Amino acid sequence: MAPWLVRTSSQLVRRAARRLLSPSQHRRHRAPAPWKLCSVPPVPRTTSPAAGGGLWEFCSVRRFTGDSSPAAASTAEDGLAGGELELDFPGGKVSFVAEMNFLPESQKERINCYRVLDDDGRTVSGSKFQEVSKEMALKMYSEMVTLQIMDTIFYEAQRQGRISFYLTSHGEEAINIASAAALSIDDIVLPQYREPGVLLWRGFTLQEFANQCFGNSLDYGKGRQMPIHYGSNRLNYFTVSSPIATQLPHAVGAAYSLKMDKKEACAITYFGDGGTSEGDFHAALNFAAVMEAPVIFFCRNNGWAISTPTAEQFRSDGAVVRGQAYGMRSIRVDGNDALAVYSAVHIAREMAITEGRPILVEALTYRVGHHSTSDDSTKYRPVDEIEHWRTARDPISRYRKWVQGNGWWSDSDESELRNSVRQELLQAIQVAERMPKPPLTELFTDVYDEIPSNLREQERLLRDAIKKHPADYPADVRV
Amino acid sequence: MPMATASSSLHGTAAALHGVGAAASSKPRSAAPVARSVRVAAAARGSGSARARGGMVARAAVAANAVAAAESKSGGHELLLFEALREALIEEMKADPTVCVFGEDVGHYGGSYKVTKGLAEMFGDLRVLDTPIAENSFTGMGVGAAMKGLRPIVEGMNMGFLLLAYNQISNNCGMLHYTSGGQFKIPIVIRGPGGVGRQLGAEHSQRLESYFQSIPGLQMVACSTPYNAKGLMKAAIRSENPVVLFEHVLLYNLKEKIPDEEYICCLEEAEMVRPGEHVTILTYSRMRYHVMQAAKTLVNKGYDPEVIDIRSLKPFDLHTIGNSIKKTHRVLIVEECMRTGGIGASLRSSIIDNFWDYLDAPIMCLSSQDVPTPYAAPLEDATVVQPAQIVAAVEQICQ
Repeated sequence: MAPWLVRTSSQLVRRAARRLLSPSQHRRHRAPAPWKLCSVPPVPRTTSPAAGGGLWEFCSVRRFTGDSSPAAASTAEDGLAGGELELDFPGGKVSFVAEMNFLPESQKERINCYRVLDDDGRTVSGSKFQEVSKEMALKMYSEMVTLQIMDTIFYEAQRQGRISFYLTSHGEEAINIASAAALSIDDIVLPQYREPGVLLWRGFTLQEFANQCFGNSLDYGKGRQMPIHYGSNRLNYFTVSSPIATQLPHAVGAAYSLKMDKKEACAITYFGDGGTSEGDFHAALNFAAVMEAPVIFFCRNNGWAISTPTAEQFRSDGAVVRGQAYGMRSIRVDGNDALAVYSAVHIAREMAITEGRPILVEALTYRVGHHSTSDDSTKYRPVDEIEHWRTARDPISRYRKWVQGNGWWSDSDESELRNSVRQELLQAIQVAERMPKPPLTELFTDVYDEIPSNLREQERLLRDAIKKHPADYPADVRV
Repeated sequence: MPMATASSSLHGTAAALHGVGAAASSKPRSAAPVARSVRVAAAARGSGSARARGGMVARAAVAANAVAAAESKSGGHELLLFEALREALIEEMKADPTVCVFGEDVGHYGGSYKVTKGLAEMFGDLRVLDTPIAENSFTGMGVGAAMKGLRPIVEGMNMGFLLLAYNQISNNCGMLHYTSGGQFKIPIVIRGPGGVGRQLGAEHSQRLESYFQSIPGLQMVACSTPYNAKGLMKAAIRSENPVVLFEHVLLYNLKEKIPDEEYICCLEEAEMVRPGEHVTILTYSRMRYHVMQAAKTLVNKGYDPEVIDIRSLKPFDLHTIGNSIKKTHRVLIVEECMRTGGIGASLRSSIIDNFWDYLDAPIMCLSSQDVPTPYAAPLEDATVVQPAQIVAAVEQICQ
C-alpha cells in the first residue's frame, strides 16, 4: 500500500465534512447563477491552453491535463518529504486525508427542482425565468393543446384498427413544446420517440404526421417505419430509431459536426429514465464531456420504463446527479412547468453553444398514458396515481391558468381551438387513410444510394411472381 | 508457365480498357498477370455532389495512358500496406474537409497499426479524434456525424471489438437511410484489422466478415495488397453508403509499388490475380497469399488455376466470378471465415443459384475450423487453411 494513503491532514477531513453537511453552502460555491442570461460567467477552464478568444479554438491543441511531474510523484512515493499534503496527479492536485471517508451513496437531500409556476399557474414569487412574449406564450399553449388532441385521436384510430400502433406523450406536453420553443430551427433534434411535439413546433403538419402513421405514399419515410417514427431532414429532426438510447451517441456526433462547422447551433437529444441505463447513455455523456460537444441531454424522467419504475431502474437520485460524474453541468426542472422547461433549455442552449460544453437537463414528469397501444399500464401501477397526475398535475391546465391569468386566453378561445384542431385531424386521417400505399418499387430503393444488381434481381423476381399469380397478392398495392 | 510479376505497358493498357473481364474473354493468355481493375480518378475533382459515386456506376474505363504508369518501370513509389491506407486517408482528408477519423488511439498515438500515424499533426485533433473506449458509442457518434454531413472513418482497433458496435452498425448504419425514406444518408467507413494473426489468442483473431454480411444497407470489402488497400479506402470514403473495410493483421507490412497518380478501385469489383483454365479459385484477404503459394506448386504439377481475389464481400462480383466459371467449370473457394455460415457458404449458394449449369464438379469450399482461434502455434496453423490443403483440393476437383 502506497505510503501516501496513510498520511493525512485533519484540515482536509474538516473540509470534506463541511461539504457533506451543508449542501446548500457547497452549491453556492460551486455553480454559477444559472438564470442571469447574458451574465453567466464561463467557468474558468483549468485545462485550456493559452490560446485565447475564439469560440472553437480550445480543442485545436492537444492538451494533457495536469501531468504529474516525476519529481512530485517520487516525493510522494518515498515518504512525503517535507509534509506533503497533496498528490500531483493527472487531472489536478489531490489532497490527502487522515481518515477513510467513503462518499455516501446519496446526498442527504435530493437535488432541488427548478420551478416557475405553482400548481395554480401563478409564477412563484422570486422566481427567475426567461420572459416570453404574448405571441410566443400563446403559440406554446396552442401547440400543447394540439399535441394532446393529436395523441388522443391517433390513439383512438389505433384502437379502431385504422393504424397499427401509436404511443402518446400525455403528461409530457410541456416538455415537448416548451423545450422546442427554446431552440432554434438550426439546432439538431435527436428524439427517442415520445417527442413529436418538437416536430410539431417546428412546422410538421397534422397531415404529415398522419401520412407517416398510415405509411402511405406521401410518408417521408416511404412506409418503411412503424407509426410515430417520424423524421424530417428539412426540420432538423433525425428519424426516430426504436432501440433505446442509440440516438445519444448520434447526438454527440452531430454536435461534433456542428463544432467542426463552427455553427451557432447545438444538438439536443431526448431520452427517458429507462434510457439512462443503456451503455450508450454512459458513453455518450462521457464522450460529450471529453470532446466538449455542444449537446443538451434532455432526460424525461417520467417515472416508468414500460412497467419498470425508477426505483428498479437506478438507485441514484434520478439522472441529474450523474452529470457531475462525467464532468457535466446539469439541472433538474419541473417537467410539467412549461416556463421552467423553456427557461432551462434556453440557458442550457446558450451555455452549450458559447462555452462548447454538454448540459444534462432532467425534467421530472409523469407518463400519464400507457407506454404504447401495446400496453395496459393499469396492470402494474395504481389507477389513482395515474389519475392524480392526469388531473392535478396536468401541465396544460397549469400553463393555461397562467396564460388566462395574463388575460391572453379565454374559454371561448379554448373551445374554438380544440374544435378546429379536432376537425383538422379527423380530416387529415381520412385523407391519409385513402392515400395509396407506397409501390413495391420502394421496397428496394434507399437500401443503398443506388439500387445494386442483386436487389434489382430480387425486385425482378418479385414482379414476375406477382405477374404469374396475381390472385395471391393484394390488388391495391402498385407494382 | 512461370508467373511474371511485372507486365508490359501494353498489357496494362489492355486491362484498363477492358477491365477484369479481359481475362475471361477469348484474348490469348499472356505470360503476365492482367493488371488489376483500375479506375483512374478524373483530373478535375469536383465538389461533394460531383464526387465519384462509390455506388454501382457503369464500369467505363478511363485514361489508358495513366494506367500504363502503374505497370511501367518509371514512376510509382514503393510502400507498405498500412502506408498505402494512410496515403489514401491523407489524400481524401486533404481534398474534403468533411472527412474525419474516429477511433481509439488514432490521434497522437497514430493508431495501433500506424495507419493514422501523423494524421493528427497534419489535420488537428478535431479531425483525427481519439475516443474513449466505447465502440458502440463512437460508432454511434460516427452515424450521427454522418447523418449531419461529415464523412467519418471509424477505426476498430480490432474488428472483433466492433462486435460491441454491432447494434449501431446493424440497427442504425444499415437502416437509417432506408427508414428515413432517403432523407438522411450515412457515408461512413468502418475499418480495422481482423483475421488470424500470429498467436494473438481467440479474441484478437476473429474471422467475422460473415457476421456483418447479412446486414441490409451495408457494403463490405476486403483489401489484400497495398494497391487495392489504397484504392478501396478511397472508394469507400467517397461512397455515399456505409462501407465496412476489412484489413488483415498480417498484411500490414506487405510492400508493393503503387502509381503516383491518383486512382481508386471499384468497390464492387473482384480482382483477377492469375488467369487460368483449369479451375477458378475464389479467395480474399490473407488467404490470397496461401492460394498463390499453392498455385506455384500446382503450376509445377501441371495445373493452371485461375485465381480471383473477390475483394467485394457484399455484394459479390458475380460478373467476374461468372465469367471465370463459364470458362473453367470448376470452383474452389478458399476463405479464412469459419465453415459454418462463412462468406464461403454464402458465395457457394450464390454460385449455385446463378451458374449451376456451368459447373462440372461440386463447388469445394475450404474454410477455417469452427473453433475459436487457439493460441498455440501448431493449433493455430491447423485452424486456418494451409497451401497444402489447397493443392490437394485442386487435385481432387480436377480429377
